[in-house]
Amino acid sequence: MGTVSLTIDGKTIQIEEGKTVLHAAQKAGIEIPTLCHHDQLEPYGACRLCMVEIEKNNRKKLVASCCYPVENGLIVRTKTDSVDKIRKMLIELLLSNCPSGEHVEMAKKYGITQSRFKQADTPESPCSLCGLCVRYCNEIKKEHAVCFVGRGVDRAVALVPGVSDVCKTCRACFSVCDAGKIVYLVDMVQDISCPPLRPMKKQ
Amino acid sequence: MTKITSRKELEQYRKNLQKQKGSKNITISVCAGTGCLALKAQEVVDNFREEIKKHKLSANVEVKEAGCPGFCEKGALVVIHPEEINYIKVQPEDVAEIVSETIVKKKVIPRLLYTDPHSTKPIKKESDIPFYKHQKRILLGNNMKIDSKNIDDYILYGGYSALAKALFDMKPEEVLEEVKKSNLRGRGGGGFPTGRKWETTRNAQSDKKYVIVNCDEGDPGAFMDRALMEGNPHLVLEGLMIGGYAIGANEGFVYVRQEYPLAVENTEIAIKKLEELGLLGKNILGSGFDFTITVHRGAGAFVSGESSALMSAIEGRVGEPRPKYIHTAVSGLWNKPTCLNNVETWANVPLIINNGAAWFQKIGTENSKGTKIFSLVGKVNNTGLVEVPMGTTLREIIYTIGGGVPNGKKFKAVQTGGPSGGCLPEKYLDLPVDFDELYKVGSMMGSGGMIVMDEDTCMVDIARYFVNFLSQESCGKCIPCREGLRHMLRILNDLTTGEATEDDVKLLEELSEVVQLSSLCALGQSAPNPVLSTLQYFRDEYQAHINGECPAKVCKGLLTFTIDAAKCTGCGLCMKNCPVEAITGEKKTVHHINSDICIKCGNCYEVCKFNAVQKATGKQKKVVSVERR
Repeated sequence: MGTVSLTIDGKTIQIEEGKTVLHAAQKAGIEIPTLCHHDQLEPYGACRLCMVEIEKNNRKKLVASCCYPVENGLIVRTKTDSVDKIRKMLIELLLSNCPSGEHVEMAKKYGITQSRFKQADTPESPCSLCGLCVRYCNEIKKEHAVCFVGRGVDRAVALVPGVSDVCKTCRACFSVCDAGKIVYLVDMVQDISCPPLRPMKKQ
Repeated sequence: MTKITSRKELEQYRKNLQKQKGSKNITISVCAGTGCLALKAQEVVDNFREEIKKHKLSANVEVKEAGCPGFCEKGALVVIHPEEINYIKVQPEDVAEIVSETIVKKKVIPRLLYTDPHSTKPIKKESDIPFYKHQKRILLGNNMKIDSKNIDDYILYGGYSALAKALFDMKPEEVLEEVKKSNLRGRGGGGFPTGRKWETTRNAQSDKKYVIVNCDEGDPGAFMDRALMEGNPHLVLEGLMIGGYAIGANEGFVYVRQEYPLAVENTEIAIKKLEELGLLGKNILGSGFDFTITVHRGAGAFVSGESSALMSAIEGRVGEPRPKYIHTAVSGLWNKPTCLNNVETWANVPLIINNGAAWFQKIGTENSKGTKIFSLVGKVNNTGLVEVPMGTTLREIIYTIGGGVPNGKKFKAVQTGGPSGGCLPEKYLDLPVDFDELYKVGSMMGSGGMIVMDEDTCMVDIARYFVNFLSQESCGKCIPCREGLRHMLRILNDLTTGEATEDDVKLLEELSEVVQLSSLCALGQSAPNPVLSTLQYFRDEYQAHINGECPAKVCKGLLTFTIDAAKCTGCGLCMKNCPVEAITGEKKTVHHINSDICIKCGNCYEVCKFNAVQKATGKQKKVVSVERR
C-alpha cells in the first residue's frame, strides 16, 4: 500500500492508501462530527453528519467523509456554507424526536437551541438509528442478535427473536450505543417477543 | 429438443420455422399482457382456440398469446394478421362472431374497430391508428407478433442473430466499441452512457464478473419494464448475453419484482427454453462462450431498484443502498465488478448489434439516441405504452398519440420520471423530451413514467402524494431521507388541511434542498423533486393553501359541502349515499348538510343529479389555527 497526499482545510496530509477522508482528517486533528462511524466497523454512511466538500479536477462535490477513499491531490473542505447548512438541519431533524444523545452536544456547538421541526407523529424515541449496535453485533460479535425492522419512517431497532437470549449476558453493544439507548431495549426485553424501540405504525 | 450447437444450425432452425409458418397464413394475436389479462384476454384466447377447432380451421389459423403492444386503454386487444385488422375492447362473447365473420367471410366488424374521435371514422389497420402511427416501436414492435412463452417465435423474427453476430464476427472489444459508438444511455433514469459503464466493468481486474437486468420497476403508473419483460423476454436476455460477452462476464441475473408474476414466469420459461436449446450454458453455439442466467425475485421494495441495494438483495441481505464512491461497476455483487442495466437498456443491445451503431445514432437527439418507452397514464385519452424517438415533444406524446385530456378538461401539468420526477406546466408542452432537456427544467427522464394531470388536480396534493409514497418506500437508513421525508410529508399534510404557514413552506424548501444534497442514494437525492418543481411552477397554489384555499377543490380539509336550496329537489340520493349520516331532510323538501359531521368524502357531490351540492373552498373556521397564532 502506498501513501497518498491530500489537503484538508488547507492542511496537507500524508496517509496510507485505502483510508477514508475521515481518517485523514482525524489524523490531522481536524474535527468532523459523526454519529454512525466506528473505527472497528465497516463504513456505513448513514448519519450524513460527516459530509464534506471535495474538489477534484476543478469539480466540487459533497460526500460522506467516512466512506470516501483518500486520493492523491484531493482537496477537502470541512467547513463550507453548504456543509454547515446540512449539518445544522440534520441535527435539527434529530432533535425533533430524539431528545438525547451525542447530537445534543453537537447542537450546542452549532448554536442550535431548538428544532424548527414539529414533533413527529411518532412518539419520541431515545434511538437515532445510527445502527452501531446492529453492526457491532453482526460484524464484531457475529451474533446477529440485533437488527433493523421496518423501513422508511417506520425503521426501528429490534432484537432477533430466537437469538436474542444472548443479549441478556453479552451486552457488548452497550459500549457503542450513544447514551445507552440499547440498554433500554435489551432490559425491556424479557423474552423473545421483542417490541421495537420505535413503535411500528399501526396497521 | 435437439440442441443448437453452431451458428449454421441456428440459421437452419430459423429456416425450418419459416417453412412451418408458411402453412398457417392467418394469425390471431391476442395481447396476453397483465393489462389485457385483467380484461379477460385469457378467455378470449380460449374461445378463439375453441372456435377455430369448431370451424376446422386449425391447419390454417394460428391463435397467439402475444406480448403487450401498449394500447392498454383499449384491451383486450386482438390483431389479425396478415391484414393487420385491429379489434379493441374484445370480450369473450365477441369471439364467435370474429371467427365466423372476419376469419371465414373476410368481413370486418365495424363495432370492434377503433374509432378516431376526431374524424369519427373507424380504423381497420393497427398501424393506421394515431396512437400507433406516430410512434416508432423498435423495441415494442414485435410484441404482438411473438408468443413470449415460445422461443421459436422470437427466433423466427431474427432472434439470437445478434448474439451469433457478436460471438462469431466480433471481438468483445468490438461489441463494446459498437455500443459506445451508438451513444446508448441508461434507460433506468440516470442516462449514464452505457458503453462507458460496460467498459469500466470490462477493465476492472477480477476473476469473476456479473451482469444484471434491473426489472424492479416500482414507480406508480409505470409499466414499461414489465411489458417488455413479459412480452419479449428474449430480447432482454439476448442483450444481456451480448453484454456478458463484451464485458467478460459468464453469469447474469435478472432481478424482477415479485409483484410482476407474469414477468417472472415468462423470464423463467425463456431461460429454460434457452437451456434446452443449448443457447445458454457451456460453449454457446460452439463459440467457446459460457453463460448462465438466474432469476432473482425482488421482495417488492422500491428502493431495491437502486443498484447497490439491488445487489445487496441478490446477495441475500436487506435491500439497502451502500455508499457508491467505488462504483458497483468495479465492486458490486459480492464485491466483484458488476454491470447493471435497466430492462430497456439491455433490450436495445441486440438491435444495435444487428443494425449497427450508425443506424441507432440516426434516431433521437444529439445527446440522447434511440427511442424511449413512456408509460402514458393519468388524465389522457389513450393511456398505455408509447415508444417514440428521443426528442419527441410532450405535446406530440400527450395530444397526438395520447389523444389529449379527456372530458374537455384543461391540461395542467405532466409529471415525468416517476415519483422522483418533476411536474411540468403547460408552457413546456413543446419541450423535446430527452435526458438533458428534462433535467434543465427541473424534471427528469427517470424510467419513463408520464402522468398527465388536468385542471382538477391540486399540485400541493400531488406533491404530498409522491412524498408520502417515497417516505414509505425509503429504506430509512440515512437521516436526511428518513427524517427529512417524514417532516416534508408533515408540512405537506399541514398544507392540505390549511394548517401551514409561510414559514413552514420556507422550511419545506430548505429541507428539500438538504435532503437532495445529503441523502445516501438516488431515492433520497431525487425525492424532493416533486416538491421543488411544484414550488417552482405552481407556487401560487402553495400560497392559496396557506390562505386556506385549495384552488382545484381537492384537499378535503379545505372544502365545505353545502346544498343549494334552489336546485335541491329533495330526492334523497345524497342522503342515501352519505356514509356518516351528515345529510338530513324529508322527501321532496330541501336537504341540509351538517358540516360538523361531514367527512368531505364528496359522495353527495358525485351522486347529485341536479348539481345541487356545492363544493366550496376557503378559510375555514378552524379553532386549531387560531390557537396556533
